Amino acid sequence: MDETVAEFIKRTILKIPMTEMMTILKAWDFLPENQLQTVNFRQRKESLVQDLVLLCESKRASLRDAALLDIIYTQFHRHQKVWDVFQMSKEPGEDVDLFDMERFKSSFEKILRRALKNVTVSFRDAEENAVWIRIAWGTQYRKPNQYKPVYVVYYSQTPYAFTSFCHLKSNTPLLSQALTVASNHHKIVKMDLRSRYLDSLKAIVFKQYNQKFETHNSTMPLQETLELDMHMDSRIIHENRIEKERVQRVTQETFGDYPQPRLEFAQYKVLI
Amino acid sequence: MSVLRPLDKQPGLNTATILLVGTEDALLQQLADSMLKEDCASELRVHLARSLPLPSSVDRPRIDLIVFVVNLHSKYSLRNVEESLHHVDATFFLGKAAFLATGAGRESHCSVHRNTIVKLAHTYRSPLFFCDLEIEGFRATMAQRLVRMLQICAGHVPGVSALNLLSLLRSSETLAPEDL
Repeated sequence: MDETVAEFIKRTILKIPMTEMMTILKAWDFLPENQLQTVNFRQRKESLVQDLVLLCESKRASLRDAALLDIIYTQFHRHQKVWDVFQMSKEPGEDVDLFDMERFKSSFEKILRRALKNVTVSFRDAEENAVWIRIAWGTQYRKPNQYKPVYVVYYSQTPYAFTSFCHLKSNTPLLSQALTVASNHHKIVKMDLRSRYLDSLKAIVFKQYNQKFETHNSTMPLQETLELDMHMDSRIIHENRIEKERVQRVTQETFGDYPQPRLEFAQYKVLI
Repeated sequence: MSVLRPLDKQPGLNTATILLVGTEDALLQQLADSMLKEDCASELRVHLARSLPLPSSVDRPRIDLIVFVVNLHSKYSLRNVEESLHHVDATFFLGKAAFLATGAGRESHCSVHRNTIVKLAHTYRSPLFFCDLEIEGFRATMAQRLVRMLQICAGHVPGVSALNLLSLLRSSETLAPEDL
């Protein structure tokens, strides 16, 4: 196994907190159950990591396996990255093709490789017809930098893709182009949304927060009862009760009872 | 009727009503709860309002004491109180009105200077209390004081009137505003 791959695996495993270690390793599914049992998970983290890396070496882990582990780690810690949202669109007259995941993946990778020889692309399927793509960029003369990858989460049934913030902005046009062409769209536009919380972005973009008839996915509706009800002391009279109830009603009508997406900051543009 | 007058209604039998005016709903509610927990011979009623003038649709009893609650962390709450003061008849300020400033404990969050509120209270010749309503212990103590004050303002304590109490409270404060 290559030195760099071993080092990469070691650093990735070191990032994982001890409480999540077992879960992530099981999700990775590279080291079989019986081998994991032989490792002592109660020792200090550095020694544990060394044991795990030795096991990986014996199984001859490749860069592809290491990249998969990195994707899984990021999926568990998605709030550590800042996500942007891209929206793609087709030409108005075009038909809706059947989406083929394998074709998308191979096409995406081919486009990237054609432009840039030194690039590592990895895929991992997720729920709701989504695919997590990890891209490690290199240059013409340098191997890809595995420690600064870009992640793209593409929901195949929608025209939306979420990308993690990338310092190397020069590769963004290439990435956008690859996404657009591989998914059979015509245009791609960056939306004015950015957040650490992928679920909130999803809720806003897929308009999931306003669905009042959401029965399958509905968590318990918020305890939206007015404070008035909880302190039913009749000796306290709220002078503005009618106004308060009106505000409460309007808010409930607009936003519904379900948990709202998390808003980190809002930017307003004044158009004169 | 847009101006509150202290004596325009008949008093209820053994009833004392206090009106808390302020933008901080949660704090007012907690203060009201603390007040009602106190042992009191009179029947207490607490009215909570965001600002004055009060909506005229509510049938309310005579108000014996108004407490204006200002949150020192918020300029908006100060402005709200200043505007509400216009809708109170001058005779209320003969002992039946008081100011309560909250949030002085967290100096770094204060956007209203202490002197501003002191000057306001001095302009209206009314007592000013500083109390961090968020802290349980201070709030309970404040509630006790307010209940006693309310009883006096409602006339339930023989021998002491609201005006009496005002002059008693004032004598310890006469020097402070002059130094501003």
